[in-house]
Order: sequence, then structure tokens, then C-alpha cells
Amino acid sequence: MSGYPLEPAALGLRESATFDRATIAAIQRAAETGVYDIRGGGAKRRLPHFDDLLFLGASMSRYPLEGYRERCGTDVVLGDRHASRPLHLDIPVTIAGMSFGALSAQAKEALGRGASEVGTSTTTGDGGMTPEEREQSKYLVYQYLPSRYGMNPTDLRRADAIEVVLGQGAKPGGGGMLLGQKISERVAEMRTLPVGIDQRSACRHPDWTGPDDLAIKILELREITDWEKPIYVKVGATRTYYDVKLAVAADADVVVVDGMQGGTAATQDVFIEHVGIPTLAAIPQAVQALSELGLHRRVQLIVSGGIRTGADVAKAMALGADAVAIGTAALIALGDNHPRHAAEYARLGSAAGFYDDYQDGRDPAGITTQDPQLAARLDPVDGGRRIANYLRVLTMEAQAIARACGKAHLRNLEPEDLVAVTIEAAAMARVPLAGTDWVPGQTAGGWL
Amino acid sequence: MAPLSDPATATLAAGTPAVPHPATAADGERLVTVDLATSSVRALNAELHAPRAARYEVRHPRGAHALAVGVHAPLVIDIRGHAGYYCAGMNDGATITVHGNVGTGVAENMMSGLVRVRGDASQSAGATGRGGLLVIEGSASMRCGISMKGIDIVVGGDVGPMSAFMAQAGRLVVCGDAGDGLGDSIYETRIYLRGRAGALGADCVEKPMRDEHRAELADLLRAAGIDPVGEYDPARFRRYGSARQLYHFAAHNSSAY
Repeated sequence: MSGYPLEPAALGLRESATFDRATIAAIQRAAETGVYDIRGGGAKRRLPHFDDLLFLGASMSRYPLEGYRERCGTDVVLGDRHASRPLHLDIPVTIAGMSFGALSAQAKEALGRGASEVGTSTTTGDGGMTPEEREQSKYLVYQYLPSRYGMNPTDLRRADAIEVVLGQGAKPGGGGMLLGQKISERVAEMRTLPVGIDQRSACRHPDWTGPDDLAIKILELREITDWEKPIYVKVGATRTYYDVKLAVAADADVVVVDGMQGGTAATQDVFIEHVGIPTLAAIPQAVQALSELGLHRRVQLIVSGGIRTGADVAKAMALGADAVAIGTAALIALGDNHPRHAAEYARLGSAAGFYDDYQDGRDPAGITTQDPQLAARLDPVDGGRRIANYLRVLTMEAQAIARACGKAHLRNLEPEDLVAVTIEAAAMARVPLAGTDWVPGQTAGGWL
Repeated sequence: MAPLSDPATATLAAGTPAVPHPATAADGERLVTVDLATSSVRALNAELHAPRAARYEVRHPRGAHALAVGVHAPLVIDIRGHAGYYCAGMNDGATITVHGNVGTGVAENMMSGLVRVRGDASQSAGATGRGGLLVIEGSASMRCGISMKGIDIVVGGDVGPMSAFMAQAGRLVVCGDAGDGLGDSIYETRIYLRGRAGALGADCVEKPMRDEHRAELADLLRAAGIDPVGEYDPARFRRYGSARQLYHFAAHNSSAY
């Protein structure tokens, strides 16, 4: 409750846990406006997450590696199942799909610059590929979305990989939105839409309806690009076990699973908070599906949704991910929610640390905007430097943990390196509750 | 079926990049035949992406998927038989004729060129297409022209339900009837319909046919090989488009979505 005055409690006043101040404000806002709240970001509610897991560092029964001296590899190959040109990234932390439209061209360029500097990939979004982004991205993943805004075969051939997007963690089952404030002339032209309208993207692909069709769609994309490009399939985390099995059946090279903490540029708050499952709960389901098919590590798994630190990277990989993707954290690295914008956030009715009105296009940090003056605040070169720094820190942190667990490569981290500090996390992550051999929901018989 | 002319004599719609006649191409006299009874789809598409000739004939397609996809040269390609899903997908400049029926997503996301289907088309014909002309001499199933973004589509027969769903730009001409939900959530595409429409989709309304629309429609019909006179006189068509009431979110529209 920090930040709130003590007076109400001291006066004997008690806040309702059910009707707390945020809930009261939401009801009042709905009653006043008659429309639901649309915002950016991911789920804000407290969820079982990577924080609820801990690593078992080496001691007597395991042998650690020397920090700063002994090598701990970080590279990852993505998409070598069918593609003749798989991606070979230097680090397993990638930049998730975020559209030009949702983000400024400068922000997209900065993400490309930062990712390229450390040898990883960045991803387009629901608005097509910009030249700035392509030129500054060593490895660029081109999203193939239901809207197909800006989709064209030339950019497909210029991409390094293709990501067929079925959904995202913030809104599984929902299409994209981009409100009129952000439909500038350039954005409108790239999307073939009238300037200034509230854009509603489709939630389903226009020319396939199920997994059998998706297999044919992927075949078409491979044929168009002469079987060169890895094909990813991205799903929002819900029925992850089944979705991953079907994605593999459709011949995906890589499966991307995005948990409900994953962000969005604009979606109904009720959708963000109430649809989907936590990232932690999704990973073991995905790994189980891949393992049962005999394709774990052969079809790579990228996990996103709430990755913030090298510990999160290491934990996702220990649970079986081959790589992770960051979105919200990358925006923060670029300057989103920085206290230096406190006065401007206040004028927008928000505050540093709380700002989520990405849909409004008035971002003081110049990231989630199409306003030329605001966008000019972000220097793509400096932004790229910050992204590269942050990606390096994530990688070094993950390596520090991996060495402590005796692993010479990040991919060697394994579930046996983890315990959970809550029963919920133990059940979801399928690792033992710390100090016990109890994995809730699993059959008896642990490794202790 | 509409009285359509030979594709070789069809002219292209205004604004569509011209496809050179094969005789004017560098190696225009050469016709390469690919027999899918003995060759693979992969070999066919690889050849079409690095063409050694200007004219191709595909024999025994046998309903295979992804035929002649991603072609980005002004080739003339004749497919002699039925094709599966995504035939001529993302075509950029070629003239592709299917002498048979096609499966889902023919000419999806076409950029430019001409795709002609002599028979019927399954769902999502011309989906998300951004340019060029798609002619379906028979009928098209559901979602014809879904999310179209600049392509022109001329259908000699009927189209199924939800056609031109979220259609953004381009023109859809239907010489027969249209199923329910025509033009649902349509943006700036113009629909010309000669027959009956089922229940119109959300925000789709009939609009007056003015002289410029009759002229535009006549051009489209001619481009498709249909003489715009008599039964095909533009005066027999009606125009549909967006009421533009759903362009901005508003609480009073909640029942329309």
C-alpha cells in the first residue's frame, strides 16, 4: 500500500478487497462514458510467474562453472526442421512482434539496431515491414497476420523468417486494434485504410480456418519463398498443449507461445485481464506436446509474456524453451514509463510506472505514437544502444545462473535445476515445491 | 456462365500493370510444359521463380495446392485442369489461367497481373488481394474478396455468404447473386451486383449508381472479357459500399458488431 496515506486506516476506514479503488474508478468510468476501457500492455493482475521459481545452484551434488572464465554458450538455431536458411542467433532473447503503427518508425528502427548489435532478431507486426526496420535489422521476422496489412511477396522474400500469428497472449481470440489517433497518413497507406478511422483487425485468418488448412497455408508460404525461410507459428497461451501439437502437425519450424502477461498496443482491459493463461502455466504444456511428438528441440519453442530479467530467461529455458521474446521490457528499455516524463504523464492522467495508454498515441517517450513531434524524441541510434545494453544484461544474467548450475550452455538448463516457492507455481511449472519432492498434480515419485 | 472471351484477348483493368504478350517477351516463342504427373509442385514453382521462358503450360495439376505461387515475372501460365488451395497466390505480374476449378484462396494477396478461373472457385477467392484482376467465370464460394485491398474481382456467377468481408479497397463485380452478409464491415471497396443480395452485412448499404460507376463497371466487365451490353449492361447492376458508420468505436454501435 506504499504511496497511499495512512490516514484512512488510522481513521478506521477499510477498503474493500472486492470493490477496491481501481474497481470503483473503472465502474465510474464505464458509467460515465458507455464504452469499455481500451489500453496497452499485458495483464496487470498478480499471477504465478517466474518469480515463484528458484534455481538450485551447484554445491556438492552438482559442479558449477567458473564465472567470467569458463564458457557458457548462448547461441540458438531456429527453424532448421525444414528451412534451408535457419536463423542462427547469438543470444536466445529476441524482440517480439510490435507493429509500425503501434510504435513509431523510430522505435521500430531502434529495436532493429539494438537486436542487430547483439546478433538477435526483431519482428514486424500488424502493419507491414518498414524500410527503416528492414535496413537496421540483421535478422527480421515477418509476421503473417489475419489482417495481412501491407503483406507482399517482396517483403516475404526479404524476411529472414515468417511468423504466422494465430493470436497473442494479451488477447487470445481477439484481433488487433489501432485507434484513429494513430492512423496517420503513412500508417493508413501501409494498411490500405482511410486516415483516422478506428481500425479493427480481423481475429481469424481470411483464407484458412483450421489446422489442416494451416498446413496448406504454410506449404504455400514455403513455396513462395522457395523453402528458405523458417516458418514460426505464434499462439496466445490458452489450450497450449493442443495448440502446439496442431502447430507442429501443420509443419511449423518454430512455435511461439505468448502468455497472458504479454503486451498489446490496444485491447479491451477486460480481455487482457481475463483471457489466457500465465506464461508459467503454458511452457510445460508446450514442452510436453513437443516431447510427445519426439520434436522437443527439433521444433524450437520461443516463449514470451513477462520476461524482464536474465533470471526469467534462464527459467523459461530451464523449463524447455529454446529462446524467449521480449516486448514490454524492450519498450521500457527504450524509455517507456521513465520518471523523467512524470509531469507529462500527470497531464495525461497517468504516472510513470502506470502509463499504459499506448492506444492514445500521445506517449511522452515518443515510442507508442505516430505524432511526428513526439516520435522525434526517440533517437533510434541511442534507443538501439539501450536495447543492445539491456539484451546484453539479460544474457549475462542468464549465463551467471547457468554457470552456477554447472551448465556450459544456456540450453542445458533443465527443469531439475528449478524448484517452486508456491504450490501454484509448482503445479503449473511442474517442478517440486522447494524442500520437497512434491509436484502437485503429478504422480508420486520424485528425484529426491 | 457469362459470355467471356479468350483470356489472351482480354485487356487489363485501368491501373493494372500491363502484362506483355508472350510474343514480345525475350523468349516469347518458347513454351515450357510442366507435367505434374511426373514433376513436382516444388520443381514447378522453382522454375516459375527463375523462369527460362515466358510461357508455361501445367498439365495434370490434379488439384495440387500452391500451384504457381509467388510468381513475380510477366509470365503467361496455363494450368490445364483443377487446382487446389492458393493457386496463383501472391501473383505479381503473371497472367495465369486455370482451365478448371480452384480450391480455397485462389490469387490470395495478388499484387498485380491477371488470374482467370474457367470454372468455379472455393472459399476466400482473391482474399487480401492488393492489385491485379481476378476473373472467375463460374461461381465463387464464401468469403470471396475477403479483406481485399485493391484487387479487382469479376465473378461470372454467384458468390457465397460473407463476401467482401472487411473489404478495404478495390472492386468486386458479381454477375449473379450474393449470399448473406455481403460487405460486412466493409471499408472502401465498391461492390457491383447484378443479381439478388441476401441480408447485407453490418455497415454495408446500397448506394446510387452514378455515371462514373457505370463507366467503371463497364471497364471492369470489358477487362474480364464480358461485353457490357444487353444482359450485362451496367444499368442492370446495383452498387453497394460502406455506410461508414462503424469507422469509429461508439457505444450505440454495440449491436452492430
